[in-house]
Amino acid sequence: MLNILLIIIASIFFLGIVNRVRSTLSGRKGPGLVQSWLDIYRLTKKQAIYSKVSSFMFQIAPSIQFASIICAILVVPFGNHEAILAFDGDFIFFAYVLAVGKFFMICAALDTGSPFEGMGANREALYSMLAEPAFFVLMGSFAMLTGHFSFHEIFNNIHFGSFESFLLGGLATYLLVQIAMVENSRLPVDDPKTHLELTMVHEVMILDTSGIDLAMIATATTLKFAIYGMLITNFFLDPTWSEWLKIPIFFTIQAGWAITVALLESFRARARMKRNPLIIFSLTALSILIFFGVLIIMNKFML
Amino acid sequence: MNWIELHNNASAPLHDIPVLSYEKFCAYVAEFLNQNDSCHCVSYYAFPYNNGLKFIACIADDSDGIIYILSHEQPKSVTKLASLSKDIFELHIFEREIHENFGIDFIGHPWLKPVRYAHNRANLENEIKNYPFFKITGEALHQVGVGPIHAGVIEPGHFRFICNGENVLHLEIQLGYQHKGIERLFLEKSKLIQRAILAESIAGDTVVGHSLAFAHNMEQLLGLSESKQLAIIRSIALELERIAVHIGDLSAMCLDVAYQLGSSVFGSLRTPVINYFQWWCGNRFARTLIRPGYNPYPLEKELIERLKKMLDEFEIKFDEISKKTFTLPSVLSRFEKTGQVTAQQMKLIGAVGIPARITGIRRDIRTSHPSMYYTELKYQPVIMDSGDVYAHGRLKSHEISRSISYIRRLLGKLEELGKQQEPDRPNYPQLKLKKNYFSIDLVEGWRGEICHTAITDQDGNLMHYKVKDPSMHNWLGLALAVRNNEISDFPICNKSFDLSYCGHDL
Repeated sequence: MLNILLIIIASIFFLGIVNRVRSTLSGRKGPGLVQSWLDIYRLTKKQAIYSKVSSFMFQIAPSIQFASIICAILVVPFGNHEAILAFDGDFIFFAYVLAVGKFFMICAALDTGSPFEGMGANREALYSMLAEPAFFVLMGSFAMLTGHFSFHEIFNNIHFGSFESFLLGGLATYLLVQIAMVENSRLPVDDPKTHLELTMVHEVMILDTSGIDLAMIATATTLKFAIYGMLITNFFLDPTWSEWLKIPIFFTIQAGWAITVALLESFRARARMKRNPLIIFSLTALSILIFFGVLIIMNKFML
Repeated sequence: MNWIELHNNASAPLHDIPVLSYEKFCAYVAEFLNQNDSCHCVSYYAFPYNNGLKFIACIADDSDGIIYILSHEQPKSVTKLASLSKDIFELHIFEREIHENFGIDFIGHPWLKPVRYAHNRANLENEIKNYPFFKITGEALHQVGVGPIHAGVIEPGHFRFICNGENVLHLEIQLGYQHKGIERLFLEKSKLIQRAILAESIAGDTVVGHSLAFAHNMEQLLGLSESKQLAIIRSIALELERIAVHIGDLSAMCLDVAYQLGSSVFGSLRTPVINYFQWWCGNRFARTLIRPGYNPYPLEKELIERLKKMLDEFEIKFDEISKKTFTLPSVLSRFEKTGQVTAQQMKLIGAVGIPARITGIRRDIRTSHPSMYYTELKYQPVIMDSGDVYAHGRLKSHEISRSISYIRRLLGKLEELGKQQEPDRPNYPQLKLKKNYFSIDLVEGWRGEICHTAITDQDGNLMHYKVKDPSMHNWLGLALAVRNNEISDFPICNKSFDLSYCGHDL
């Protein structure tokens, strides 16, 4: 239960920190830290409006996406706290349960019949597909290294204190940050702040969504950030440490992760749409580097 | 003589303009525009005259600062004419306008579609809902319609893309949602002050440009002259407006590529400039600043000091952020080679202002047809040649720098002149326009060349007032720029052209 609680607490402040840091860096005062949740609360009080041309798919998709995020939380461990659901291959479950949510969102976007949303769905599907190998090569390498196939056991066994493990941990963190940026539709692949439908990826898919549906999507977004933050934290936790050390480390890393997002987004422009597949492919290339690193550590690959 | 020659900001009796037959009219227009590379058409229009139509074409020669005025008259019964646009494509928009307003069919016109759906158009059955869009069919192609409601806060316009995946094959821009009837209002509102206010609202972002063109026309027709001091102050206002809008554009361009630092710093730099207008004349967009015949808001010593201080502080920050923006790799990768247009295309469509100058065409009224203080203090236009979004942004930033130094020189001249007796406010209701007169004025607004022409009848009433905003020519440039680009790059192309919807819809 501790891990779910921590993820929820982190998610409350996550977007608040990102937005506050971005505002400060551009010389503005910025909204309060819990503004994103106040917005969600406001949305829950609004009526959802459905277009006459859309079908049930459009109405159920936000709920399914929200449910998929909740399912994903269930398999994420916190240090030696086993997740509620922990089984061999749960990281595969994690990736595909998120993909199920995305699949339904894409269907809902196509369901509206809007040319923008079709375009957004097309881009989102492409980018998720390209990001998938990076995540699996990363987790697969660690599974090979530790000989275990669930998140909990992988994270508990990668800390053997050698120089190489920290190197791999650092690389894996970088990779997870980048994958999370793609999965959460942030710069350089997408720009959540834009008002231009033609350049949007994720935002354009939810243009027609309103009320409680939009609230669920917004909640899912903040939760997703916190989930990735939890995964990153796990690379740095030693199972022998006490809770009083691990919980502050968790929040420090979450805050650091939020500040990283803000920094990454403040001082650069977004990439050209055509270059996005290349950027995402380069993540797979990096994960293959981790794979080779693991081979070297395991002496399966002679230099 | 078959035409008359005028300089910028000039007038002539209407009867001095020789009336040609349509064949001769076409032949001379074609000769000017086809054979002379330095000529371009600044205005071509028709208006009801003596139970028929009178056509007037104004062709500016950039090499010697002369504007050729040609005219043609015809009875109402003629409804079919051979199209000039067939060979001289830059006239296409003018012929479309004449076609829409008076129902003249231009035989052989390649693109004879409605322009702006004025309420007094000839054929009221042409409505926005039955606009004849260009069609391409094919398995792989899809259409994306954007607008007329804009995603931001600006004006209405509809954009129809034909795309192959993410690539734009064709863009058709359909405007005409505003129905302002500006030109008709100029005739209906008989008071000079009403007309001056009307001129300010032709395009809300080009208040100084349009009201200067109006003021010059009225001064010509009223026989008022522009004192040296007034010329300097008006030139300062025009350059300040250029700085204010260019910097806002740069901010929006950074926003469109999600470069937050550039967007917020450029955005914050716009404030001191428009606030200066507020100090000066009580309106941040310089409304009420320009009035025919006199200067309502003299630049007092304190205001001059404030302007100098504002420019000094502005320039330091501006230089820093523009250097940063235009060397940042991620920004450059979005700007460079995006929305490229060629000099050939821009010449063909008769582009003016920035879209022409980014392709190396030296088309700047301040240099080629100077008026106000540009006649005495030469302005050297900024020219780029890559024709892409980068050129748009860089040209704007260079123009800002140049305008700042130009304003400093103007202020120096103003102080040299010392305190002069300013002409009093003329008593507007007592002023009478010259009878049967034609006047023309060109102003290089921040967007490009603005052309106003006025014609009075035998009683000294305005018979026709013609406004041409640079957007008239340049909208087609935007449509050409996005071809073979990604559809996601359209917003940045649109922002870099930053054309006026209301200047087109009139």
